[in-house]
Amino acid sequence: MRMPKPRGALSEWTVARLGASAPEVALRPAPNADSWDDEAIALWTLHELSYRGFEDATDEGEWDPEVLLVRHRLESDLEARLRVRWPGADAAPADVPAALETVVSEDDGPSLADHVRRRATLDEVLELLRQRSIYHLKESDPVAWVVPRLPVRAKAALMELQYDEYGDGDPNRLHHHLFAQGLVAVGLRSEYGAYVDDALPETLELNNAVSLFGLHRRLRGAAMGHLAAFEMTSSLPSRKMVQGLDRLGLDGPMAAYYDEHVEADAIHEHLASQDICGTLAEDEPDQAAEILFGAWTCLDLEARFATALLEQWDVGS
Amino acid sequence: MSGEPRPGAEREFAHPDIVIQPHGPMLVRGAESIRDESGTVHAVDRPVVALCRCDKSSRLPWCDGTHKVIPR
Repeated sequence: MRMPKPRGALSEWTVARLGASAPEVALRPAPNADSWDDEAIALWTLHELSYRGFEDATDEGEWDPEVLLVRHRLESDLEARLRVRWPGADAAPADVPAALETVVSEDDGPSLADHVRRRATLDEVLELLRQRSIYHLKESDPVAWVVPRLPVRAKAALMELQYDEYGDGDPNRLHHHLFAQGLVAVGLRSEYGAYVDDALPETLELNNAVSLFGLHRRLRGAAMGHLAAFEMTSSLPSRKMVQGLDRLGLDGPMAAYYDEHVEADAIHEHLASQDICGTLAEDEPDQAAEILFGAWTCLDLEARFATALLEQWDVGS
Repeated sequence: MSGEPRPGAEREFAHPDIVIQPHGPMLVRGAESIRDESGTVHAVDRPVVALCRCDKSSRLPWCDGTHKVIPR
């Protein structure tokens, strides 16, 4: 993957610095971001250094102190924004699974899956898949960073879940590989990051939040709460996605990807809410509120993403 | 390095093979195959599966989350 196109002064600096190109830009102090878009793509680019990197960026960039300062500033801003949006909640450790149910049941964000099932055009579905590809081609990877930071029970449960996400030992069943095959089958590009230049800022923010939660031990509770909310709201919408893809004649590997999630996430949601989040809260009670913050943020970012796409398509929610 | 044991470090944990979820499916760990009501045997290729208990799943014997939209 090559680095994305800059969207403003900060991402231009980031690309120059990481690419060890354009020294007149790269050696200047990092400028402020011009826009939310500029900030989001800059942070996405910096986080990506900890996943697969870029063919046109130096590998040393990941730990370049200048770059880390910028990453820290952008992550602090993002976290502050997410925390301001959250109305706040807390629960006794034993009540965390029930509190997660409440967060999910109170979510009133618009449903992209409903739109896909009933009315979406082929172009709209392809646009949705391009946006989703930013995360789904590295599905579960940010969650994997949390494993060493968990107490015994939550760690074992997360590994039980992740083993299934990564195909139960079979590379052909690894979820992000299934999504890549689905992209090819619907005529889209399947290379990692292929559509990042098309990514909406809402898409980037959603991805940046998961990376932020995954990369910081301090945010392990938020990462696991995010995972739980994601799994708890996946099974039924995945079934609607299958129905919508079938309606449009896309009943091949992409439908199979969503079909796999109907079944898998009906299992994972219980592992995530009880065995991971429930035991984490019992072992580390100060993580209870953080778990709820992560869960709420997952659904909030998804709602913002859905709203942006539906508005772009001029669909009333 | 901290000298204090982490919480639960020396405990034996309950880890049942079968867990019944309130208003939800039955989770089964470590099964190799499941025979459904009609006698069909389904191979299991996951460490944990969720068996439908509401009988409304579109993919019996597996849970597909449908129980969540059925009024209790």
